[in-house]
Amino acid sequence: MIINHPLLGPRDASEFVVKGAASLIDRPDWQAENATDAFHDYMYLRDNPAGEHAELWYHEQGDRSWLVVTRNTLTHEVTKVEMARDVARARGRSK
Amino acid sequence: MSQTYRINSGLTDDSQKFNFTFNGKQMQGHAGDTLASALLANGQHLVGRSFKYHRPRGIFSSGSEEPNALVQLRSGAAQEPNTRATVAELFDGLTATSQNHRGSLENDLLAVNDLFSNFLSAGFYYKTFMWPAAFWEKIYEPIIRSAAGLGSLSKLEDPDSYDHGFLHCDVLIIGAGPAGLSAALAAGRAGLRVILADEDFRPGGRLNAETHEVDGMAAADWASAAVNELAAMDNVNLMTRTTVYGAFDHGVYGALERKTDHLLSSDGKPRQVLWRIYSKRAILCAGSTERSIAFANNDRPGVMLAGAVRAYANRWGVAAGKRVTVLTNNDDGWNTARDLQAAGIDLAAVIDTRAETTQGLTGVRTIAGQCVADTAGRKLIKSVTLTGGETVETDCLAIAGGWSPNVHLTCHQRGRPTWNDGIAGFVPGGDLPVGQHVAGAANGTMTLAAALADGRAVANAVAKELGATASRKAAPKAVDEAADITAFWQVSSKKRAWIDLQNDVTTKDVKQSNAEGFRSVEHLKRYTTLGMATDQGKTSNVLGLAVMADASGKSIPETGTTIFRPPYSPVPIGALAGRARGKDFRPTRLTPSHKYAQENGAEFVETGMWMRAQWFTKPGETHWRQSVDREVLATRNSVGICDVTTLGKIDVQGRDAAEFLNKIYANAFAKLPVGKVRYGIMLREDGICYDDGTTARLAENHFVMTTTTANAVVVFRDMEFARQCLYPDMDVHLISVTDGWAQFAVAGQNARKLLQKIVDPSTDISNEGFPFMACGEVTVCGGTPARLFRISFSGELAYEVAVPARYGDSMIRALMNAGEEFDATPYGTEALGVMRIEKGHAAGNELNGQTTAQNLGMGRMVSKKKDSIGSTLSERAAMNTDDGLRLVGFKPVDPSVTLSAGSHFFTKGATPNMDTDQGWMTSVAYSPMLGHSIGLGFLNSGSDRMGEQLLAYDALRGNDCEVEVVSAHFFDPEGKRLRD
Repeated sequence: MIINHPLLGPRDASEFVVKGAASLIDRPDWQAENATDAFHDYMYLRDNPAGEHAELWYHEQGDRSWLVVTRNTLTHEVTKVEMARDVARARGRSK
Repeated sequence: MSQTYRINSGLTDDSQKFNFTFNGKQMQGHAGDTLASALLANGQHLVGRSFKYHRPRGIFSSGSEEPNALVQLRSGAAQEPNTRATVAELFDGLTATSQNHRGSLENDLLAVNDLFSNFLSAGFYYKTFMWPAAFWEKIYEPIIRSAAGLGSLSKLEDPDSYDHGFLHCDVLIIGAGPAGLSAALAAGRAGLRVILADEDFRPGGRLNAETHEVDGMAAADWASAAVNELAAMDNVNLMTRTTVYGAFDHGVYGALERKTDHLLSSDGKPRQVLWRIYSKRAILCAGSTERSIAFANNDRPGVMLAGAVRAYANRWGVAAGKRVTVLTNNDDGWNTARDLQAAGIDLAAVIDTRAETTQGLTGVRTIAGQCVADTAGRKLIKSVTLTGGETVETDCLAIAGGWSPNVHLTCHQRGRPTWNDGIAGFVPGGDLPVGQHVAGAANGTMTLAAALADGRAVANAVAKELGATASRKAAPKAVDEAADITAFWQVSSKKRAWIDLQNDVTTKDVKQSNAEGFRSVEHLKRYTTLGMATDQGKTSNVLGLAVMADASGKSIPETGTTIFRPPYSPVPIGALAGRARGKDFRPTRLTPSHKYAQENGAEFVETGMWMRAQWFTKPGETHWRQSVDREVLATRNSVGICDVTTLGKIDVQGRDAAEFLNKIYANAFAKLPVGKVRYGIMLREDGICYDDGTTARLAENHFVMTTTTANAVVVFRDMEFARQCLYPDMDVHLISVTDGWAQFAVAGQNARKLLQKIVDPSTDISNEGFPFMACGEVTVCGGTPARLFRISFSGELAYEVAVPARYGDSMIRALMNAGEEFDATPYGTEALGVMRIEKGHAAGNELNGQTTAQNLGMGRMVSKKKDSIGSTLSERAAMNTDDGLRLVGFKPVDPSVTLSAGSHFFTKGATPNMDTDQGWMTSVAYSPMLGHSIGLGFLNSGSDRMGEQLLAYDALRGNDCEVEVVSAHFFDPEGKRLRD
């Protein structure tokens, strides 16, 4: 598989480590009333779609960027690659 | 016997004669021969025994699809079993032996299996070896293992080396037959970067095996001219002896190039190279494979594919038989008859299963509307009996059952082929791998002129897609040969009619499998083994499906195909491994003091990729315990030195560094003063404890963290995740400095005195000036930059001193020199382990990915006042029960007893089982300080059970003993020594 790194261009998937669903960016608020339940869902309940899936990939043998790779799990077609930091900011994780 | 079946030199070079042996018999062939063509030239028709029934078998095909002619090449460590003689290139000095027989090839003792064939039908393993269960391991399996299988391994290390390589191109063209050469010429002329790969040593594919004309030249000559033109193009990489074996994601293809298989010796060069080819586009020109027809005893030596018989005559100048019979259901079979006649080979008859045929050949008897019903002959076919009852004497039966397009690589991304009635074969479906096109026979374009035109047209379309200008040069000119076919699959018989020669699968097995309910083709394959092993059913799959369709009353397209997966043909494990083998399987990391340790008798242990000194053997020491006990005592009584470089070191800087560490560690770090070190524990987000270590604050915005050796990579990865994905706007930067700093622990009562000789006097390292848990940037040995940490894993007065890695070797020597007056002793990981157990420190055995901070007795360290990774889920009730596991110490009631790690704890007198289990021993050591064995372990409510005696049950080693629960802090429980 080839991942088109936003900064470095096309790189072989063997340079990366995959972590899982990009929903791991959405870490719950520890002070929320239902924090334990929210963390439970965050940790253990993931979608496993047959189709488009946003995933976290880490360029460990490269520049150490975490990327959000949108990949079709049926065809392995990669439709979007973003810097995870940008995604995190867009999802309101700025302090 | 000297090449009695050679009729001319064909495309071989008869000026180069090669001597080779088969089963010890001296034979001769030509340069350009395969082992198969050379064996046939020498009249060696019997070349092996079949897998299950040990039936005599001969050469069946002329290419990589060969199911029968599997031989063993070479000898000794280079012995290579299960090699297809049809693709083994002949060289001078080749030695080959047949396989899968007990006794000689001619008189195989296991041929008795053939008599019991009624008991050996589909699924017989599953049915026969069911009971008694106890027989399986002792009796059935050894018998099956010795009887089954084909060649044998040398069981010696492979003497050859293998490489991996990477290639990039605009277009990868797979196969250098008519379509592939035509496509490569067009793509090359358009200026594209082309890789043309072909599995054969002579490019040209069927052009080398046919007597057609292209552009007014003999087909093989045209192929040579095309190859010359391609070789002259800088933008074309022509790779022969290269099989593209798999189509992977995003235009990536796997290819195996055989570099030295055609040479007597590799001579130090890599034998094979496994290429990963990155292509923008690929054109599959893999051609097609001929198939057989099923009738009784259609497996005898001398029964061959018609296209192969033709290829042996045209390309290799070898007659497969003296009196050949052709059996065909299509026009192409007649090409074999024509070419053999032209080569002067006697033809017994041409049997065309079609009642009406437009084909005919003067001087050859044609039998239309019949098929072969049975054959006779044991080690070579003698005659065939027709469905009409007539018997025809013959020594070679050339079967033309139709050609199946080689769609394999179109299906590697789960594409499904579709059935084409016109050619009676499967053609590629619409869902090809990204960027892949198909041309020529692989695409169902079965005739020469059309295939040449197709290759050019597809290449020109690809050029256009890639923005290049297509060449206007016309397609090579040729004539389309007649190619009509009327599908004909089998003649039913009470005798066995083979479908898959390699696995001895007959029509009976397929019918039986259907009758027993294995209706899906995937089940059929697994139950009968149809289409398995080295040939993956290249000549048998379609025939198998046809017989299955007939048995189930469905059509062939309804029956469908099994999924094709890589590899297209076998890839040696050695090639897949490449250089990553033995000690080179992964990198070896050496500590900065490795050379010093080697010089001083160190025994090394692999910890991950690191080689660490386990202990240092001194002259006279004969047992590792002597060395380890000495190292512990020397450290505790004076001073010891240990290389701790392997611990992960992460440099953390930035305005928000302190706040960031507060998120990473479960305990508080934000208020750690500059110049101080703190021990911290990290949790996973699920609340389980996963790493620990110390972090030093060197400046307001500068920390240096240590992790365990094992988790250095993972902790760094997780911290980058937190930094980029969870806290994207924190001003914090990370870099791994594990390899940047050589770090040594200096431990023992005399540690300070020793270091006062090393650390430059500008730094006050007295107990007041540099107290326990102090840290700072210092200079050593007269100005060398260093970092000093007053931390202790051993429980002694101890420091860790770090210098840039390039000074590591000098540093260990300087420390040892300075320590001479104190009898300073280097110690290894074993002594380190003994001392940490004596102090009750947790390590990998305790931080095993199942235990919480509370289990480890560090529950109170998890701050509830702040958010950190894992803090919320660590508060779950089930992980915080009062009667949960606690880390405590254990000592044997009888001090002479040695404890065992892995023992489980039970109340004395209880029956040991899962319900009565109360915990387990994690780490044990012999404590030279206490003079007996000590252990750490997890015990239910352990901290409330001091003094209680329990059974440590060791069912595995039978080493049960009684233990007493004690504090985990065996030695200096108040920690006076380290604060001194």
